[in-house]
Amino acid sequence: MSSANRRVLPGFYLSLSYTLVYLSILVLIPLAACFTKAASLSFDQFWSAVWTERARSAYALTFGASLLAAGINVALGLLIAWVLVRYEFPLKRLLDSLIDLPFALPTAVAGLVYSSLYVRNGWLGQFLVPLGIEAAYSRLAIVLVLTFIGLPFVVRTVQPVLEEFDPEVEEAAAALGASRWESFRKIVLPALYPALVTGFALAFARGLGEYGSVVFVSGNMPLKTEIAPVLVVARLEEFAYAEATAIAVVLLLISFAMLIVINFLERWSRQYES
Amino acid sequence: MNPDSQSTSARQRRIRQDPWPVRWGLILLAVAIVALLIVVPVINVFAGALAHGLETYWDNLVADPATRHAILLTLSVVPAAVALNLVFGVAAAWAITRFHFPGRSLLVTLIDLPFAVSPVVAGLVFVLIFGLQGYLGPWLREHDIKILFAWPGLVLVTAFVTFPFIARELIPVMEALGPDEEMAAVSLGANGWQTFWRVTLPNVKWGLLYGIILCNARAMGEFGAVYVVSGRITGQTDTIPLRVEKLFQEYNTPGSFAVASVLTLLALATLGIKVAVERKVHSSKALALADRGDRP
Repeated sequence: MSSANRRVLPGFYLSLSYTLVYLSILVLIPLAACFTKAASLSFDQFWSAVWTERARSAYALTFGASLLAAGINVALGLLIAWVLVRYEFPLKRLLDSLIDLPFALPTAVAGLVYSSLYVRNGWLGQFLVPLGIEAAYSRLAIVLVLTFIGLPFVVRTVQPVLEEFDPEVEEAAAALGASRWESFRKIVLPALYPALVTGFALAFARGLGEYGSVVFVSGNMPLKTEIAPVLVVARLEEFAYAEATAIAVVLLLISFAMLIVINFLERWSRQYES
Repeated sequence: MNPDSQSTSARQRRIRQDPWPVRWGLILLAVAIVALLIVVPVINVFAGALAHGLETYWDNLVADPATRHAILLTLSVVPAAVALNLVFGVAAAWAITRFHFPGRSLLVTLIDLPFAVSPVVAGLVFVLIFGLQGYLGPWLREHDIKILFAWPGLVLVTAFVTFPFIARELIPVMEALGPDEEMAAVSLGANGWQTFWRVTLPNVKWGLLYGIILCNARAMGEFGAVYVVSGRITGQTDTIPLRVEKLFQEYNTPGSFAVASVLTLLALATLGIKVAVERKVHSSKALALADRGDRP
């Protein structure tokens, strides 16, 4: 089919070369520039930029908050996907389309509103702050806003798998005497693992790079509530380009690793389906 | 339907149906989560924007020249970035779905790359190239070309961040359609452009529109990358999201919420259009599969 297409359909060289040129100019060359800039640093310079106490605590917070938020997203996403696929109730369609709001809402708006909801005189803060729950300008605030940002990922990866799930399998389990809970835990849940892990990885990757919303809600205190992307911007604003680049390279390497993992997971779940 | 299969499906439903306390407990829990995480914040945006009455709200939007400029700037940056990615998306989808070549799956992975990169890092790489100390900085300065802290820089980073959207939506749609109709058109004597405009485009228009909408929404809301390359010059390089942040920093909360409410309205409109277009995309994909004799 391939060589036949190339003989019949026009535009192979035009479309491919345009694709490659645009990809190179906009994405590949700029990213390579980042690496060559970092490579111009000596190892000691690089190390002293990426391994300061402030940087370490920023990585730890970025990782910890993203992991926690992605974990929460797995639980919430599974619940919401289950409810949307298995049950009928009024306004179900509205609920379904609202799930995508975090994709569509600019992150700055999310940050703005989350920071105002949970302060002492905010709508939700007035109940939570007296209980000692500080969900604005704290680490909790970061986890909360990342949970919002990542909510659609798990729902949207689990939902289609659950929809396609063969009802006869559950029927067989019931006929063999399994309770509903047993059949969920031992039959349905294992089939959802690849989708859950993929959704987790997507939400986690998104959380690692998130900037716009966190910068509003966290307070950005070095060593306390400063995430890695905020640190990059802080270095840039001090005109410390080399240091900013060094930290950016660390983030880039993590992103590439995540991309490879996600690709692998998606292939794995496709195998699982067939 | 015969009575036999009816009783089977009834039995199926009974077996897969959870007892009502479980069912309604879970539904209420899901609704509560969505209400808390999504609905309350959206209402809060509008409440914050309208806290001092409609008149103040209107003034906050149109009376401030810096805000007006931010709106106009976003309206000129976003279409440019979307147009760049639209041409790319169509070219990439044509090359990837209509031909096989070595490195094809690598190319598909590379298209996703910008999704994985933090927006801040995306901004930084353009500073490294076009900034004064960057690779092209001195040359640009000599020739008096402004890219950073100006419109071209904003378009470039916005295009970077939204790079994969249209290609990603278009590729599966064109894959599902297959090349048969285009081959038929060409064998009947149509040239490349005729084939594209009269055969491919009408078939993929909903998928394409869906990609454009997603790309547009993300481009409008982009913050981190634009923050880094814009220089945040009030009244010059502030886009709408940057304006939200600046008003917030200046303790002008009602103003900041007013501008945020515009973005929220756009997001809600995006969701509405998305739902409508999604249905069209599904039906056109299903039709394509049915035409080819596969099951949808």
